[in-house]
Amino acid sequence: MNVVLAKTDTGRAVSSSFALARERLPGSGKVAEQRRQAFEAFERAGLPHRRIEDWKYTDLRVLMREVLPLAAAPDTAALSRAETALKLHAIERTRRLVLVDGVFAPKLSDLGKSEKGLSVRTLREVLEAGDGALQSELLASDNSNPMIALNTAMATDGVVIEIANGTVLEQPLHVVHVASATTPAATFTRSLLRIGRDVAATLVESFVAAEGAKAYQTYDSLIVSLDDNARLDHLRLVEDGLEAFNIASAAVTLGAHAQLNTFGMVSGASVSRYQPTIVFAGEGARVDTNGVNLIKGRQHADTTLFMDHAVPNCASREVFRAVIDDRAHSVFQGRIIVRPDAQKTDAKMMTRALLLSDEAEADNKPELEIFADDVTCGHGATTGALDESLLFYLRARGLPEKEAQALLIQAFVGEAIESITSDSLREHVIAAARRWLEARG
Amino acid sequence: MALLEVKDLQVRVEDREILHGLSLTVNDGEVHAIMGPNGSGKSTLSHVIAGKPGYEVTGGQILFRGEDLLEMEPDERAAKGVFLAFQYPVEIPGVTTMNFLRTALNAQRKARGESELLVPDFLKKVRSVAAGLNIPQDMLKRGVNVGFSGGEKKRNEILQMALFEPSLCILDEMDSGLDIDALRIAADGVNALRSPERAMVVITHYQRLLNYIVPDYVHVMAKGRVVKSGGKELALQLEESGYAQFEDAA
Ligand SMILES: Nc1ncnc2c1ncn2[C@@H]1O[C@H](COP(=O)(O)OP(=O)(O)OP(=O)(O)O)[C@@H](O)[C@H]1O
Ligand SMILES: [Mg+2]
Repeated sequence: MNVVLAKTDTGRAVSSSFALARERLPGSGKVAEQRRQAFEAFERAGLPHRRIEDWKYTDLRVLMREVLPLAAAPDTAALSRAETALKLHAIERTRRLVLVDGVFAPKLSDLGKSEKGLSVRTLREVLEAGDGALQSELLASDNSNPMIALNTAMATDGVVIEIANGTVLEQPLHVVHVASATTPAATFTRSLLRIGRDVAATLVESFVAAEGAKAYQTYDSLIVSLDDNARLDHLRLVEDGLEAFNIASAAVTLGAHAQLNTFGMVSGASVSRYQPTIVFAGEGARVDTNGVNLIKGRQHADTTLFMDHAVPNCASREVFRAVIDDRAHSVFQGRIIVRPDAQKTDAKMMTRALLLSDEAEADNKPELEIFADDVTCGHGATTGALDESLLFYLRARGLPEKEAQALLIQAFVGEAIESITSDSLREHVIAAARRWLEARG
Repeated sequence: MALLEVKDLQVRVEDREILHGLSLTVNDGEVHAIMGPNGSGKSTLSHVIAGKPGYEVTGGQILFRGEDLLEMEPDERAAKGVFLAFQYPVEIPGVTTMNFLRTALNAQRKARGESELLVPDFLKKVRSVAAGLNIPQDMLKRGVNVGFSGGEKKRNEILQMALFEPSLCILDEMDSGLDIDALRIAADGVNALRSPERAMVVITHYQRLLNYIVPDYVHVMAKGRVVKSGGKELALQLEESGYAQFEDAA
């Protein structure tokens, strides 16, 4: 029996948005064809909803309802609002690369001083005039995930960063996504970071809003490859406006003896979903992924991580902490697969949620699929409120209630934050966490 | 005016009355010992004075320098000079002892309208107090009480007492779980803090502690009341005869 699905209103709106946007999307020929296929995949599935296992806790049809039309390229006023926002979110001694409303903003970016071994281009440039292989890599897409497919179809701009073998970057790269449009719209970005052999690099990603940007939607996707012996320290900060939507993915591949140390913090966005997929492609590699959610009000923050141990002798650690206030909802889904060849895999995942109110909600879904026999794998999850006896001890020593709570919350997220190796970046995150705590009043 | 006045205090926990009209008066600089069988309500009294949630005061009052203590938050009581050395100090992973001490001391100073202590002054103060109590510096860098031995936890309580300079110290079984040497160090630490400005209420089961910390008054608690009060000789008498006579009286 054929089931004919009626196109929803949402579907129609997106279709016409894609048709309208097509003119503005960089790339032709094969690129345009990859986009078309991806869009068809998205159209067939529509926005993911709770009956799809992976999206059980994050029903975008309910939470988001529709995909907004593509944002207009930023005008002078939008760029100037973005500039103001950048000042608030600046991280010193980094090379800043800025995307405003999904479009690379050269004037706001640090392009002046070039660095040996580092190449930075825009997605637009590469899709319009780059080599075919790189173009295909950029638009390679897991179309079984509708949100990645949508991003492939609509990706407007982004940064394409290549770091030559043996380069040790002088400064961290700081990619800042600024939403500046004052009418609600969607931005679609895709970036690529190709890290050569023996490279040591640091990437910081920030998602922020300029004054007046409210219920916007940010769709981002990042592709990272680490060649043998490379090391990437990665920091990802979602500080979007509290009415915004941030739907993002990352696809990371590690070569032999490569190391990834990644830390993510979500304090912004009304609804966020981050889907990193990490694939071990060479032996002896190690991944440390740490995450902190600091959410309140009716925020919904979902991290859905997929760790793919495809080869032997690799190690992965996941430490995830959620602090959930008011009626906020935190979701962590961590799937680890250890494939038959991946002997001597050492994979551990630990998630803890701290509920600051009776209506706060946490969902933890660890999934271990182990097909090799000589492995060390484990996971643990806890959910609970602040310990009353600890709170009383602190209060009996003179700390007012909120301060006592703040100290315990800092201690709770501390273990994850400690994983940030750079002192200045760690301090930056600690300060951001402290601001969040102070804002609780 | 008395420092602490507990008048006819009645306290319930989960619908069960634990203290049935307890009265106790402590003046500046006095040392009082409270003894009594297990379950007689000693820790309950200390918790209610410190402001621990979960206790319902159904009658009576507690005045601290004439002010209604029961109206104050636990942190206000601490800032006013009430200090409880816990029978079971908790472990706080992720908060270093040093950070905790500084945050607490500055919170109390702030509540009293005093300026924050500068970091070098604070460090100097902690180091000298810690040295006097045989507390090694590296203990201060660890999480509060995390992995501390029983004796170390108790010494950490006394360290705080020395640092915060309270006017009323309640020591709930500070001798439990301590070996003879640790007991002497702890008791010496407490004795060093005796002063005309600082009163102490020492809760214990054992006369031995009172050989080190000699009280001005001894009270016997049974079944949620003070059933007998006297001088330090009362403790010796208890050691011989036990609590039975008082429990009957109560
Ligand atoms: N949270 C609670 N819930 C129920 N009962 C409690 C609670 N706290 C104390 N009690 C009861 O109150 C009574 C007094 O307890 P408390 O701890 O004050 O005694 P204590 O004199 O300190 O005893 P010990 O010498 O053993 O330390 C006991 O019967 C105890 O079981
Ligand atoms: Mg007790």
